[in-house]
Formats: sequence, C-alpha cells, structure tokens
Amino acid sequence: MAGWLFVITLVLALVAVYKPFGDYLYRVVSGTRDNVVERGVYRLVGVDRNAAQTWGVYARSVLAFSAVSILFLYAFLRLQDKLWLSLGFDPLPGHLAWNTAVSFTTNTNWQAYSGESTMGHLVQMAGLAVQNFVSASVGIAVAVALVRGFAARKSATLGNFWVDLTRITLRVLLPVAVVFAVIFMAAGMVQNLSGGVDVTTLTGATQHITGGPVASQEVIKELGTNGGGFYNVNAAHPFENPATWTNWIQLFLILLIPFSLPRVFGRMVGQNRQGYAIAAVMAILAVASVALTIGLEVHGAGTVPQAVGAAMEGKETRFGIPNSAAYAAITTLTSTGSVNSFHDSYTALGGMMPMINMMLGEVAPGGVGAGLYGLLILAVITVFVAGLMVGRTPEYLGKKIGAREMKIASSYFLITPALVLIGTAAAFATGNNATALNVGPHGLSEVLYAFTSASNNNGSAFAGITVNTPWWDTALGLAMLLGRFLPIVLVLALAGSLARQKVTPESEGTLPTHQPLFVGMVVGVTVVLVALTFLPALALGPIAEGLS
Amino acid sequence: MRLPSWLAQHIAALRALLVLTVLLGLAYPLAMVAVGRLPGLSDRADGSLITVADKTVGSRLIGQSFTDADGNPVPRYFQSRPSAAGDGYDPTSTSAGNLGPESIVDTLSDNPDDAAQSLLTQVCARSVAVGELEKVDGRRPFCTADGVGAVLAVFHRDGFTGPVTRVVSVNQTGTPFVATYQGVTVESARNGEDYRAMGAVITPIRGDAPADPVVPADAVTASASGLDPHISPAYADLQAPRIARERGLTEDQVRRLIEEHTDGRALGFLGEPAVNVLELNMALDGR
Repeated sequence: MAGWLFVITLVLALVAVYKPFGDYLYRVVSGTRDNVVERGVYRLVGVDRNAAQTWGVYARSVLAFSAVSILFLYAFLRLQDKLWLSLGFDPLPGHLAWNTAVSFTTNTNWQAYSGESTMGHLVQMAGLAVQNFVSASVGIAVAVALVRGFAARKSATLGNFWVDLTRITLRVLLPVAVVFAVIFMAAGMVQNLSGGVDVTTLTGATQHITGGPVASQEVIKELGTNGGGFYNVNAAHPFENPATWTNWIQLFLILLIPFSLPRVFGRMVGQNRQGYAIAAVMAILAVASVALTIGLEVHGAGTVPQAVGAAMEGKETRFGIPNSAAYAAITTLTSTGSVNSFHDSYTALGGMMPMINMMLGEVAPGGVGAGLYGLLILAVITVFVAGLMVGRTPEYLGKKIGAREMKIASSYFLITPALVLIGTAAAFATGNNATALNVGPHGLSEVLYAFTSASNNNGSAFAGITVNTPWWDTALGLAMLLGRFLPIVLVLALAGSLARQKVTPESEGTLPTHQPLFVGMVVGVTVVLVALTFLPALALGPIAEGLS
Repeated sequence: MRLPSWLAQHIAALRALLVLTVLLGLAYPLAMVAVGRLPGLSDRADGSLITVADKTVGSRLIGQSFTDADGNPVPRYFQSRPSAAGDGYDPTSTSAGNLGPESIVDTLSDNPDDAAQSLLTQVCARSVAVGELEKVDGRRPFCTADGVGAVLAVFHRDGFTGPVTRVVSVNQTGTPFVATYQGVTVESARNGEDYRAMGAVITPIRGDAPADPVVPADAVTASASGLDPHISPAYADLQAPRIARERGLTEDQVRRLIEEHTDGRALGFLGEPAVNVLELNMALDGR
C-alpha cells in the first residue's frame, strides 16, 4: 500500500505543477526580454539575439556546440592529472575518454568507469556536470524548435539556438538546481572539495569516507534527466540518495520538465487541449509501466528471489522493493538512467520492464525535450496511419503530413532499433558478449540492455557486464552519438518543413487530435511499433529466462 | 577578414561552452560548497561523520562491517547486510552483486581463482552461516542443508524429452543432497564440467524448507550500493538474543534499543522501516 501511495503522490505533485511550471517554461522559451546576465552571455559568445535561424543553421549550431563539447570534455579527461583536485587519479585512457565525453554530451551518461576511483573533483564539476546542464538544454531547445515549426505560418526560421540554450540553462535549470542542492545537503548529501577522510571503524578496520561536490551534481543529474552518478553505484549510494524522501524528490525532479513540456507545446500552438492530449499519452504509458514493474518485483518470480523470499538482491533496505521498482521504471521511461537498485538482479520480467521502457523510445515522458519531440513524431505517424484508414490527406495542427514529413518521421523511428539490434548482433558476432557476467538468456539481456540504453541515450546499465574495453567503449560511443544526433537533425528538418507550410483550416474531415480517441491511437501505435520491432530480441533474452 | 560561417559557428560554440563552464562548472558548485559551510549544514555536507572521544568512527550514512580481521562476525555487534563493495563496505569501490535471478549453477574448479559461486549458492551459504550464528533454522527453498544451491543437471535420452538417463548435483562435489531423481542415482559434480553445455536440463529443486524462512531476505542479499547503512527490523530482531547473551543484557533491553534506532517510513509511506546498524552498535557500546 505504501508503495502505491508513493506513486500516487508523485502523480498528484506532477499534476499540480503542470500548469504553473509549464507556463513558466513557456515564458522562458518565448520571451524576448533578457536580463543583464543573458545579455552578457550573448556578448561573450558573439551572437545577435534577434537573428532567427533556419532549420539548417539551427541544426549546425546544435552540432557545432556538441562537437566542441565532446572535444573539450575529451581533452579534460585526458589531462585530468595535470589539473587541480585530481585526487591523484590518472588520466583516462583514450577509448574511455571518448566514450565518457560522448556519453555526457549526448545526455546519455552511460558510465563505463567507477566515479570514486576514476574522476577527480574538478573534472566531475567543471566537465561532466556542465554537460549535465547543457545537454539537457540542447534537448529542450530542439523540442521547442519543433513546436515552433508546428506553430509557425509560412516561416523560414525556428528561433535562435544560442538564445534558447542560454535562457533555458539560466532561467530554468540553474535556479531549480540551486534550491534543491541546498535541500539535498540538508538531507546528508556531501558537498565539499575534500579528498575524503580515513576513519577507524568500531571493530578497528579502516574505512575511507569519500568527499566531493556531490549535491550540486546530483540535482542536475535528475533535473536534466542525465543520470550520471558521482559514484559507481549512482543513486543507491547513501551520499547520493540518503533518505527515503530524497528518493521521492529525485523522481519528482526527473519527471518535472518532461511532463511540463506538453504544456509548453499546447501554449505555443495556441490550444492547451493539444498539450493535455500529449500529456495523457505519456501518463497512460508511464503509469502502466510503473505499476507493472512494481507488481512484477513485489511478486518476485524466479529461483533466487523465491529462495530469498523477496527480490531483495541489489536493493537498499531503506528504499525496499516497491520504491526501487518505481525508480527503475521512471529512470528508463525518461532518459535518465540513474539507478537506486541494480536492474541486473531484478526478476526476469521485472528487469525486462526497464528495457521495454527504453525501447518505447523514451517518450513516456522521455528525456527533457527528447521525450516531447519523440512523442510528436509518433503523433505524426499516428495521424498518417489514421489518414490511411479513412483515405484522407492527414494533417496535424493544420500542417499537412505529406511524403516529405513521413519520410523524416519514419527514418527517425528506425534509427534506434537499427542501432540496438545491429549493435547487439555485432557484439555476439565478434565475441565481445563474452565480457558479460552472466550466461544464457541473461547474458543476452545484458548485451541487449547495453545497446538499448546507449542508443536511446538512457545510460542506465544492467551492470553485470564489463564495458570498459576498447571495443565496447567505441561501439557504445558510436551508438550514443548516432542515437542522439541523427534524430535531432531529422527533428529539425521536420520542423523546418512544417514551418514553411501555411495552416490548413480545420474541416469536417480533420481528425481531432485532442480527444480520447486520438490519445488511445497514439498509445496503440507506440506499443505496436515497439512490439513489432523488439519482440524477437526480447523473446531470446528476458522472456526465455522468465519461462525457464 | 570575414570567417567562413562553419568556423564562426564553432568559435561561437567554444565561447558559449567556456562561458557556461565558468558559470555552471565553477561558480555554481563552489557557491554550493560555500553554502554547505553554514552552521547546521556543514556536518551533513561533510558526510555526517560520527566522532567519539575525538576519534571519527564512521559516517551515519555509510554502513560498516562488524567483523574481525579474518572476516568473521564479531558476536557482540549487530551484523550488517552482505556487501559487494570491495572486501565489504569499501566506499572506494562501491558495487552491487549484479548476478541475475537464474544464476544458480556454480563454476567449480580446482583453481580457486577460476571458481565462482552462483547467486543462489551465495544466498544459501549466507543463510546457513546466519542460522549458525543466531542458532536458528537457516534453511531456505532451493538450498541444500550444507548451504549451496540445490540444483540438478538432468540428462534425457532425447535431449529435452524421454526417460532420464543421468542426473548430476551440479553445485556439490561431495555427497549429493538427494540420492535419486526419478529413479536415477544422482552423481556429484566434477570440477570444470559444464553440464548445461553437455545438454542437461538445469533443474532447481524446491525441497521442503518453509516458504517464509527464519533468516530474513536482507540478511542473505547484497545491497545495491554495498554501503547499505541499514538492516530490516526483522533482521535486527533475529540478532537480539545473541547480542543480549554477549553483552549480559535482557532481550527486552536490546529490543528497546532497536526500536530507538529504527527509522520508520518518512511521512508514513516513503521507503521501508530500517535500523541504522552503526548507530545501534554505538548505542550498545555507550551503555
């Protein structure tokens, strides 16, 4: 019962902030008056605040910023021993630095390293955590650009990336981060620059209690749906998630922006009910998935959970099973990937749920920005499918969904399945699946999970697999890179194509896209597309294990 | 001179990244470090350290092993959960166990470096050890009396079907936990053999242990962090008679202490009730 109350209170809290926080976000991305700090940033960057960009320029700005970020972070990681606060750690080897630089720039935060034995404090706060902020802003900016495409009438431009980046970072992410960093410190999260202290335990052993700027990084890790932990065990570590109520707050922060963005969408296209429809699709999928995951974990099927009497392996006492399962579902429904329990030791079907959540394309509600644009693509596909059924030219929000739009939307949808399935097959074909800790179906699950997580920019791990080898670092780095930027370019291309169109007035033949029928259709299309794509792979992994 | 636009864009990108790094990567975290120095926050921002007589003995939030130099439980202390962090509760090497729910076949080998216990055997062994320490029944479903996974490799004449031709107890090199299976004598396992690869059907045997074992779940499973500072009230309660015996207290006195150091669910519904082991043991020492 307490476990369900945990979920219900989260839902209520998100419903309560949907309008006020969504409206605030809307004002941030559509406002034209800048404060003195923002004007200062524009001057230092050298951009003209009022220069609107075409989709091509917008896309090249995103790519330039991300390319520079990857190179900068790569250099930072390779040179960390020459900088301050390195705690004596060595520079990262080339393949790991590449993997980590791509991982944080793409909002994935896949971690092929252990934070506490690899990263100095400076690289954590001035390298990795900076990407936690800006990669989140990039995602939101791209989503907003797509919505501008829907809202525009015969326009060639989508806004200015540098302005969006600056305003989202400084007006949304930073203030929320400051407030919750203080709250997290009060709960016991560490925030200092100490290399740690050695203590003598009650039985006379020595224990090294670590220090570091944890709280400041933890907030943005959740708020920006990044998920990269300060420590190896992420939000299971008592310094990253000290209390049962910080666990609740972390999930609230993860869901806050993704679930408020439909409001921004509704406001920008001038029909709030369109926002409600999109939020409803997200909510239906999310609640169903969370409930299923909790149910499966509490039920505790499988030989070891039955021997134990509960699926407690890899879970913390203070969180218990229901709150751990809720975290596992929510971190993968979004693109977060932080964990407070270890999915590898979940029951076979309970551990499949996080994988399915990621395979849904992380649209319920998905990562910051990425969730909204992913779901809008699915809505476009749904409109097209519905149009085929009744034989009418499909349109969404007055924009015609023609051949060009559908080519873009279909390509978008195909990218991640291709990366996941080809990557998994490549790992087995080259024998690199041998680094998995488990054998049989569970070993396949570990490899499939790794590529699903990387290609969808989630970053959570099944964990029982050694991924810090040159092959794995390179392959997963490529999966993350292509899984992030190919979709972004397609989304911006779609936005450009929509923006150029005039608005077709609604007619009797227009499919209303704000009613329960449409909501149900989008849910259906999403589930069917994912099932068709991934069922064979899942059948060989978790389903085979669950049936054995 | 006018720069080509692609170059201008990358220079703008670099400038944006540097400005944002100063703001978000230095100003913000350092400001938070400064806030963390405020009285009332500073203890927590420094790791909730506990000091006794000028000696720091640990952190309220980080679990410890209460074992001697050989890794054996020190009987006068409440024991923590099993830990996969380094050699146990090592904050410089945090980790979970990461074995799956069907990890039930051990890798047996003459060379201890090649041998590996399945998760099932780890659970069974811990249960037997806790049972012996607390003088209670350590049996569990799917476990043998000597504390390994009760798992048979069953060979059939036609692969998956047909009469049983050969049965091996895969996790035991000594006497098998059952003599016969479907009329066939059960053999003990030989080191280095992979019976699954040889075509056997791996079959865990439930046995007649109670479905609700005496030793609680958290006592036989590794936590997610390897640093779990808590145990369940049930596991604390199980340890109470031993603590009372070792310390010359009554069980009621020990149980009162447990209650004092049990954190209930926050707001009545968040998380699970849990007992902070370090604080409880310090309270025992302080009596």
